[in-house]
Amino acid sequence: MNARRTLLVARKEVTHVLRDPRSLFLVLLMPLAQMMFLGYGVNLDAKHIPLCIFDREGSQASRTLLSWFGASEYFSVVNVLRTYDESVAALDAGRCRMALVIPADFSREVNDKGKTSVQALVDATDDNHANLAIVYARAVLATYSEKLRLDYLGRRGFAHQLGPILTVETRTWFNEELENRNLVVPGVMVIVMAMVGALLTSLTIAREWEVGTMEQLISTPIKPMEIALGKLIPYFAIGLLDTALCAEIGVYWFNVPMRGSIVTLTLASSLFLVVALGSGFLYSAVTKSQFGATLVALLMTYMPSLLLSGFAFPISQMPFAVRFVTYFVPARYYVTILKGIFLKGVGLKSLAVPTLVLGLYAIVVMVQVTAILRKTVD
Amino acid sequence: MSHPGESIVAVRGLRRSFGSTKAVDGLSFDVSRGEIFGLVGPDGAGKTTVMRILAGVLTADSGSVEVAGCDVRRYPESVKSHISYMPQRFGLYENLSIDENIAFYAGLFGVSRRQREEVAARLLALTGLSRFRSRLAGKLSGGMKQKLALICALIHEPQLVLLDEPTTGVDPISRGELWHLLYELQAQAVTLLIATAYLEEAERCNELALIHQGRLLACDKPEHLKRRMAGEVLRLVTPDPRSARDYLAAAEGVRNCVLIGDGIRLVVDNAELRMPELRSLMLQTELRFSSFEQVSPTIEDLFVAGAAGLLQGAPQ
Repeated sequence: MNARRTLLVARKEVTHVLRDPRSLFLVLLMPLAQMMFLGYGVNLDAKHIPLCIFDREGSQASRTLLSWFGASEYFSVVNVLRTYDESVAALDAGRCRMALVIPADFSREVNDKGKTSVQALVDATDDNHANLAIVYARAVLATYSEKLRLDYLGRRGFAHQLGPILTVETRTWFNEELENRNLVVPGVMVIVMAMVGALLTSLTIAREWEVGTMEQLISTPIKPMEIALGKLIPYFAIGLLDTALCAEIGVYWFNVPMRGSIVTLTLASSLFLVVALGSGFLYSAVTKSQFGATLVALLMTYMPSLLLSGFAFPISQMPFAVRFVTYFVPARYYVTILKGIFLKGVGLKSLAVPTLVLGLYAIVVMVQVTAILRKTVD
Repeated sequence: MSHPGESIVAVRGLRRSFGSTKAVDGLSFDVSRGEIFGLVGPDGAGKTTVMRILAGVLTADSGSVEVAGCDVRRYPESVKSHISYMPQRFGLYENLSIDENIAFYAGLFGVSRRQREEVAARLLALTGLSRFRSRLAGKLSGGMKQKLALICALIHEPQLVLLDEPTTGVDPISRGELWHLLYELQAQAVTLLIATAYLEEAERCNELALIHQGRLLACDKPEHLKRRMAGEVLRLVTPDPRSARDYLAAAEGVRNCVLIGDGIRLVVDNAELRMPELRSLMLQTELRFSSFEQVSPTIEDLFVAGAAGLLQGAPQ
């Protein structure tokens, strides 16, 4: 190891980035744009589900029930229809996700039999949203039935002993408002860091192979480790800058709480960056073309960190084989750590295991990098 | 073959295959100190493979390679600080300036600031690049890029410089300037090993190795090589060289016959004897020709002859 040669390479890389507008764009604008797109775009909540109403009775009772739906933040009434066919057409055209049909004998049945039902037609092309819509609709109806029951009992003088016998006092921890964004933003940060990290370095080695400078470079006395470290140092600094950028957007723009320490965040992000940057090296050393390296980098970072990190889909719900694979996705550990830092505010002690695993991956990747960066063209 | 100087490159039985292609197939040659040595052959002859192996950036399958006293096959890194390798493509960083490129390579070789400034100033003045020191390499012409690449390769004052087709894609004027620089280096006792496909360029070398399909056809001084040619060269200029070749190739005493430019070149055993015979053969046909004469062999003739096995004393 020769520090002078390492720094020479590092300085050269910095000059490249500063003089190449595309690199600057990649370095600063991409994380920003990704955070914005994904921060707003990835929404696992279902609020304001478009609802169509076909009220066959039009009585005071049916209108009261419908006003309850209208008042719920989970539904927004987009259309009031007059025929059954219109409801079907509205679902077909995608104007609403649920059509609620109130029977013509709604209030009569309630008064006479104390029991009736309404029909909900649900567009289940997106099963997740369909399920949520059904659950929300049941909740609205249950509250409404409870009110009817209480009114009835109240009229008969049982007013003082009303209400359910058992209730649950729920307190949500870590994400008190059950705000979906609080969960999404750390997850998005992982995707952005994985992608930016791998893209930064995947281009730099492949570019030297393509332009032909690598052949010249390896004919000098420089050592593979010096090339790797020299290229790593500036991109590592850039990566940390991007982490800070993402975290600030999360905290100040999306109002995600930041409860842990910056030191823990920096340490974990550093380890994850080494993994991401190192894998970028591997992709470009193997493909030796900028296009191929970019493609592999995108495929290998974006997909796993989106699907297998536990950010969008809970790992505990995955089939065994898939769950097994997630252990080899470094993003998984970083997601755990980031959620711990941002939402739980826990320190290194509670995050020791994922942090150690990330550290292990960092070592493994760097060992592979120096092994693959041999100084020959064959 | 005798070499007056001590040899700086010694290659013995060198082989390297890529899959089923034998790029270098049992090559042996020596380069003496202070020479301009030309590795000559058509595209695909294996020149670049040899250069890469000598530079220590490509592994060989078998054989021995000694460069500047280092066993390159066993210790490829040890040779790298003594020599310089200029690949076919410019090893320049396009968004670094001339000065920055030089400083980068100087730094990699651990050249002191003083040496760098001295050598750079001298070489930049010699190549006429002094005025452009702060210009980005990407904004230079092909010839200027090549000169800068050469300066970067020379900044650590190597004993041996390996140049892979240094004048490909360079305009004739820059080519002349580049050669001027190479002669200048030779005067300073730097050994130059140049791979080239340009035969007129090969004539400028002190010593030549003709390579064809990874094998050595001949290795000698250009003037000696010409003497080793088995036979003499006749040049026939004709509007229909193809028919002339087909017609004369089988004639008595004709050893080889190839199309070159607007005519054919024939290798015959005895020019004095065969010229009248061939002329009368031509007159018996409708084939017209404007001139028919004996010429002195060029490197190209040597090469063609070598490929056809018509060089005497060919190496084992």
